[in-house]
Amino acid sequence: MSAVLQNLIDQPYKHGFVTDIESDVVPKGLNESVIRSISARKNEPEWLLEFRLTAYRHWLTMTEPTWPNVTYPPIDFQDISYYSAPKPKKKLASMDEVDPELLRTFEKLGVPMHEQAALAGVAVDVIFDSVSVTTTYKKKLADVGVIFCSFSEAVHEHPELIRKYLGSVVPAGDNFYAALNSAVFTDGSFCFIPKGVKCPMELSTYFRINTQESGQFERTLIVAEEGASVSYLEGCTAPQFDTNQLHAAVVELVALDRASIKYSTVQNWYAGDENGVGGIYNFVTKRGLCQGVDSKISWTQVETGSAITWKYPSCVLLGDNSVGEFYSVALTNHLQQADTGTKMVHIGKNTRSTIISKGISAGRSNNSYRGLVKIAASAHGARNFSQCDSMLIGDRCSASTFPYIQVQNNGAKVEHEATTSKIGEDQLFYFASRGIDPEEAVSMIINGFVKDVFTQLPMEFAVEAGRLLGLKLEGSVG
Amino acid sequence: MSESTGKVLLDVRNLSATVAGVQILKGIDFTVRAGEVHAIMGPNGSGKSTFSKVLAGHPSYEVTGGEVEFDGQDLLALPAEVRARAGFFLSFQYPVEVPGVANSQFLRLAYNTVMGGRGREELDPLEFDDYVREKLQLLEMDPAFLERSVNTGFSGGEKKRNEILQMALLEPTLAFLDETDSGLDIDALRIVAHGVNSLRASGNAIVLVTHYQRLLNYIVPDFVHVMDGGRLVKTGGKELALELEARGYDWIGREAA
Repeated sequence: MSAVLQNLIDQPYKHGFVTDIESDVVPKGLNESVIRSISARKNEPEWLLEFRLTAYRHWLTMTEPTWPNVTYPPIDFQDISYYSAPKPKKKLASMDEVDPELLRTFEKLGVPMHEQAALAGVAVDVIFDSVSVTTTYKKKLADVGVIFCSFSEAVHEHPELIRKYLGSVVPAGDNFYAALNSAVFTDGSFCFIPKGVKCPMELSTYFRINTQESGQFERTLIVAEEGASVSYLEGCTAPQFDTNQLHAAVVELVALDRASIKYSTVQNWYAGDENGVGGIYNFVTKRGLCQGVDSKISWTQVETGSAITWKYPSCVLLGDNSVGEFYSVALTNHLQQADTGTKMVHIGKNTRSTIISKGISAGRSNNSYRGLVKIAASAHGARNFSQCDSMLIGDRCSASTFPYIQVQNNGAKVEHEATTSKIGEDQLFYFASRGIDPEEAVSMIINGFVKDVFTQLPMEFAVEAGRLLGLKLEGSVG
Repeated sequence: MSESTGKVLLDVRNLSATVAGVQILKGIDFTVRAGEVHAIMGPNGSGKSTFSKVLAGHPSYEVTGGEVEFDGQDLLALPAEVRARAGFFLSFQYPVEVPGVANSQFLRLAYNTVMGGRGREELDPLEFDDYVREKLQLLEMDPAFLERSVNTGFSGGEKKRNEILQMALLEPTLAFLDETDSGLDIDALRIVAHGVNSLRASGNAIVLVTHYQRLLNYIVPDFVHVMDGGRLVKTGGKELALELEARGYDWIGREAA
């Protein structure tokens, strides 16, 4: 039966192809002149160059974090190219002028770039290597005052907003990888939902790494003003290389009074092969600030890819009565390693947070949940509920849970529940004795395990995420 | 002992099997005809449970010799799920818990897979709900069972009723009930036995695997076999069970030696 389980979890990666396209790549290495050159290529204002250089100088004083429960050889930061962009023939006026090779790439990945062919109600910003290729439905969104564009465009079109909010949630020197990102980030998405506006469609960014020796450092900034709400989706894939690529993104969310932001991720970066060769190092800082009263930030993530995942989408609950949520499914297979979780920092009164984390480990992988619940002295009436469940498939993988709880207010209520279960021979035999084959059994058990999280995903995404888990875990029974 | 006239459903010839390299079954001969009820009794560790699991196709056990014909097919050549679809049923001594999977969902998938395979129409969730509620009554089970996760947090008795519920849904030709009476109080035992008896028909057969005689007061066997040391060492009628209850198993070993 272990051979059956083995077959179930040995599914090939479907997005591993490389697009043959001419790219503008900055030579490998990192120093101030590289940063100046990136900034110059993007024709950035002086204040942004200063932001980068300050971050870089701070980064030089920092050391890589070693506390995550993952192991990998030292990264040579001088052996990475910090900028790679598909070379456009000229400035694009419409989708029809996008390189057809790029269009084909995203078609193959199932990303709708033509508005008429797009999924109803989803606007997409497409990031290829480090650069935004196109953003759909801009006009329709602009009609209601929603700004949705690439980060570079926002720097030029809405500098006052970028200056106000960039680094306001994740400061440039926040941690090693956030500092690196702040120094070299190349593009990303910017969303701004003005006062009282409920964004009329889902906003989505699709990230694709194509170049072998470049890192990807994008930055996402979402601001929802008073009473505004938005649902934002993020998807990621990368080709199959036998070297590791570094992905160090920063995502900042700001919710003002009564605003609500729902941020969903389906992460399927290339995970390396069954022997752990290649794959993305996904070292990402995501944090949301519930700045206003009655505001709400909800993170939902389905992490299936990357050789190493190191990310903790967090909420700082500053406004009174604000709400933070974290729903996560992290699947690791083969030699993948994940150290992921969240931080809920309660500062305002009556702030509430919910954490539901489901880790699935298969193969020889290592899956850790790490989470911090912090209740500050000012957070009267704060409440948290955490549930961390781990599932093991086979007997060569491992799962760990590292919950940290710091409470400085006596009136706070903090609950933590955790379970570990295993899909093993006996469970599959039980299903088999009722006529159900192992593939269907695993799929039913996994779906049951993740359903509390999947119900949080927008419909289209839930379908995609379900399919993705299926691809990763199902297959022909040998 | 009653007269045997039904068609042969199960024919086991000289079956031997190991688990983790240890020989547990050492040459079993066993025949079951349609319409019959058999009881396999024996002391702990005699190989009773192993025998059921080997027939159901548990992957941890390796068949090292012998043949098994089930309803005209070579049973040992079929994967476990195909054995179930072909009409072989095992009621587990320790049913597995499956957190997060609703019992109704699991039962419906099993029903549609097994019965669908036999030409019965597949049922959608609403149709299945109607169908399964009738079966629940048979076992005096609360419909709330359907919404709970499969066997998760069930008491011993609830788990056993859930097993017999599955038997009622899958209408097996041959059912092995492994220690179905263990963990049952007297009321639950009566309900489960009533359920099993109502599923008896001239075209199917039941094998009760049990340590104690008390279940046999409710489900009366045509044949009683004694297993010891991986072999069936004695066969008799229902009165053999009473004798075992009175005298224990030791005398059988001496007699067989």
